[in-house]
Amino acid sequence: MDSSGAPRKLVVVGGGMVAQRFVEALRARDTAGTWQVDVFAEEPRKPYDRVALTKYFEVRDPEELTLGDPALWDDPLVTLHRDCAVTAIDREARTVTDRLGRVHPYDELVLATGSNAAMPPIPGNDLPGVFVYRTIDDVAALRGWVEEKRAAGTTEKGFVKPVRGAVIGGGLLGLEAAGALKALGAEATVIEFGTHLMGVQIDLGGGHALKRLINGKGIGVRPETATKEMKAHRRTGHVGHLDFADGGRLDVDVVVVATGVRPRDELGRASGLAIGERGGVVVDLDCRTEDPNVWAIGEVACIEGRCIGLVAPGYAMAEVVADRLLGGEATFPGADTATKLKLSGVDVASFGDAHGRTEDSMEVVWADPAAGVYKKLVLSDDARTLLGGVFVGDAAPYASLRPMLGSELPGDPGAFLLPEGSGNGAPALELPDDANVCSCNNVTAGQIRGAVTEHACTDVAAVKACTRAGTTCGSCLPLVKKITNTELERAGVTVSNALCEHFELTRAQLFDAVRVADLHTFTEIIGRFGRAAVVADGAEPVASPGRGCDICKPVVASILASLGNGHILSGEQATLQDTNDHVLANLQKDGTYSVVPRMPGGEVTPDGLIVVGQVAKDFGLYTKVTGGQRIDMFGARIEQLPDIWRRLVDAGFESGHAYGKALRTVKSCVGSTWCRYGVQDSVGMAVELELRYRGLRSPHKIKLGVSGCARECAEARGKDVGVIATEKGWNVYVGGNGGFTPRHARLFAEDLTDEELLRTIDRFLMYYVRTADRLQRTAAWIEDIEGGLEGVRQVVMEDSLGIAADLDAAMARHVENYEDEWRAVLEDPEKLRRFSSFVNAPKTADPSLAYVPERGQVRPATEAERASGVVIAGPKLEVRR
Amino acid sequence: MSVTEELPTAGAADGGEVRWERVCLHSDLLPERGAAALLGETQVALFRLADGEVVATQQLDPFSGANVMSRGIVGTRAGVPTVAAPVYKQVYSLETGECLETAGYSPRPGQEPRLVTYPVEVRDGVVHVAVP
Ligand SMILES: Cc1cc2nc3c(=O)[nH]c(=O)nc-3n(C[C@H](O)[C@H](O)[C@H](O)COP(=O)(O)OP(=O)(O)OC[C@H]3O[C@@H](n4cnc5c(N)ncnc54)[C@H](O)[C@@H]3O)c2cc1C
Ligand code: SF4
Ligand code: FES
Repeated sequence: MDSSGAPRKLVVVGGGMVAQRFVEALRARDTAGTWQVDVFAEEPRKPYDRVALTKYFEVRDPEELTLGDPALWDDPLVTLHRDCAVTAIDREARTVTDRLGRVHPYDELVLATGSNAAMPPIPGNDLPGVFVYRTIDDVAALRGWVEEKRAAGTTEKGFVKPVRGAVIGGGLLGLEAAGALKALGAEATVIEFGTHLMGVQIDLGGGHALKRLINGKGIGVRPETATKEMKAHRRTGHVGHLDFADGGRLDVDVVVVATGVRPRDELGRASGLAIGERGGVVVDLDCRTEDPNVWAIGEVACIEGRCIGLVAPGYAMAEVVADRLLGGEATFPGADTATKLKLSGVDVASFGDAHGRTEDSMEVVWADPAAGVYKKLVLSDDARTLLGGVFVGDAAPYASLRPMLGSELPGDPGAFLLPEGSGNGAPALELPDDANVCSCNNVTAGQIRGAVTEHACTDVAAVKACTRAGTTCGSCLPLVKKITNTELERAGVTVSNALCEHFELTRAQLFDAVRVADLHTFTEIIGRFGRAAVVADGAEPVASPGRGCDICKPVVASILASLGNGHILSGEQATLQDTNDHVLANLQKDGTYSVVPRMPGGEVTPDGLIVVGQVAKDFGLYTKVTGGQRIDMFGARIEQLPDIWRRLVDAGFESGHAYGKALRTVKSCVGSTWCRYGVQDSVGMAVELELRYRGLRSPHKIKLGVSGCARECAEARGKDVGVIATEKGWNVYVGGNGGFTPRHARLFAEDLTDEELLRTIDRFLMYYVRTADRLQRTAAWIEDIEGGLEGVRQVVMEDSLGIAADLDAAMARHVENYEDEWRAVLEDPEKLRRFSSFVNAPKTADPSLAYVPERGQVRPATEAERASGVVIAGPKLEVRR
Repeated sequence: MSVTEELPTAGAADGGEVRWERVCLHSDLLPERGAAALLGETQVALFRLADGEVVATQQLDPFSGANVMSRGIVGTRAGVPTVAAPVYKQVYSLETGECLETAGYSPRPGQEPRLVTYPVEVRDGVVHVAVP
């Protein structure tokens, strides 16, 4: 603040990743409100995660790439000017001019303009069909082009001519782009000028192994190839083929140029700031330019003589400037240039001195050419201190070795390179507290340990939220997980995956075990797979596994139900059910229950509504419409449940399974039958889906939604499975949920027919039911599956595990064996025995219940109301039959 | 169910002394589940364990204030029979009534984190509970 107390003016040019981090860091620390920040962004959107750009092809929704907490941009001290590039700086007057000609004064100026994709001067580089790979607009245009080309190459008979793609540049970015082309269904060939792929990061040996891996992905590689010219197609005028210096030629429909980046230092140049030899605004280790009021951070900054095209050093610079502007003394700690390729199925990583350029350094190499594996450590001359490493084909050691950079390795360095499970496992690494574990976010091992010991984080998700470790590129996650778990164990928190003291297995393992061993009762299951209880020191050891608990019993109940073992209250199964499942209703805080009849797709007849209303009135129940488009009736006492349900079942209603970890509802909008915009019958589809999956037990509750057009009135993308109508059929999204950590469902498959839609959802749900952990919702489950969403897609759409027929059959059995649980209870006197209030007074109401009126209905009395006696009615209110 | 209704529920109350109440038939109780019983003003939860033994605790759940303990899941912890409260899932020893796990909650004001237990005897297939 200046002497008048008004905040000082800070202008940030550029709205990229580093600018975002900078503003976030500054606002987090500037609690006194010293700075009023104006951010000028050339792109028309909020800063997004450029590192995850390739994900755009998967999620298609720019919002999903948003960085950090969007609330940052609502901060009154922060103004984000989108689509508003700065065109000039006047250092004398301390002002900047934006593209609309408006002049803005500053006290301090931060340049965070990043880089441009470099376009080499190859003739033809401006032809339609030639793209770069830097912004959301770039990838959106690339996708549109490939899809157009594919449509144009599809004949009437459905024969598809493949779209041929080439990527010029075989670095990190080029390989990622080639992977993206493949994912879009195009062919891809990588053209590399140097001797091998990823020449900056890895050595020749690694390059050879990498080429085999890339070929294995169906991507062609042409090393040592210079592109002479890009030639237009005679007829279309679009890019048609590439001519190479060696006389070769390649026919193409699309070209991505990924030959490097060039710092966007034009503003710096024009305003006379010093520029590096190879570009970039020159700054000192405090990130200040020669002008004391101008700073540069991120890719545009030329620090220690070079610009660095990675996000982690940019973040470090952001922190330095934030600190300096608040009077601190921070300096740039040096660049961590560790990198890991983000191409699914191709493991490549390198860090430190990967090329062994340090004097007298020595190398330890482990190579398995047949498997495409190459691993190398660079060590000091005494073979003790770790200087760098290259991993191709198996980057498992990367996460734990990278933070050891510059430290002495315990034991034989070679042991770290052996394949996992080869017996001589790598010696356990105990990282020093100051070892940098997450380079993207600059988080040390000590900070992760602190998150557990001081901030009471009890799992990796909490540690991520608390420290930001692992939230950018994700390559450090295995290590974050390991440190977290070690620390939790130390703190006495058990982190084993065991279900509980009775079962060593996870839910998924137990599911398979029960299925394969063909067991049908809890006694058999715990006898076969249970373990003897662990007892406290000095206590009598217990030989038998015991009789289960409130954790494993409902899990086994759910597994037995999913495998089709009859009614959930039949025989011994009844002892396993949580009170909700045991009385097929939802327990409320005062010990009464709520009752929810199923209304498939949210559709209900006027007569049905009248019955529900009359039942609620006769039994004095409080009614409320739920978020799942049905009606919940509260305040039913246990002994009333059968009478209530007899009336509902007689009127044609059936159990809504609101009490179960099971399919809850399929929410729908009104769709094409009534809506002016609808393109498909969303209610019809929702009813069909709800009737198909009703009663399906699962690791957690599941909800579906169906919208009749892209306006998405059913909010289907907030559901585990969301279906959205298109002109051609249905798009299906998976992994959404509301609740504590809301998630948007992500696109899974497009333009499916009704039949394809059912099959896709059948398999998705059954795969989830079989393999998810206890109480794991679909979003978290997808993250846990190898390959994430893509991994699930391969299982469901391409049958990569060969289990699709089995999943289909399991769902068919479910559909065939469905029966209404409530009807079955009403027909069975043995099951009805559970519904008495007191074993010695079965119809006597719990005398402690008390209610007060509110807005025309009743609700449980509070403690204070009971004491003051305003209670209007005990449990015996009104019952009229 | 008809049988239980014929059982007299009122015993001879003589101040301070426990009185044994006939509550129900042993066969009225479901294996490894609880059932509530109303003994005068007192609500009691009865549990029939896997080996047939019957134990009794208070029906009031100290953490929710609702009379629901009989509806919890019966199990074991390190060999000790337990019940998990159905509302917020605290786990209690059915031998001592001690709370083995509070699940991160505190009891309601005026409540202790433990269950009162009552002596139970099964005579000639009839369950008797001693209440103060
Ligand atoms: C596909 C892809 C994958 C990547 N993968 C990784 C990876 O795995 N690991 C890694 O470390 N790095 C990776 N990177 C690099 C990483 O994205 C960059 O290092 C990082 O984004 C740099 O941040 P920045 O803020 O300096 O620049 P940018 O994020 O480029 O932001 C600069 C912004 O400033 C805007 N701008 C420029 N001039 C002006 C002006 N005059 N006025 C207003 N606005 C202006 C630009 O439009 C741009 O939005 C990847 C990059 C891409 C493209
Ligand atoms: S999603 Fe489309 S079809 Fe459904 S109600 Fe909204 S506008 Fe109509
Ligand atoms: S190293 Fe990239 S997220 Fe941690």
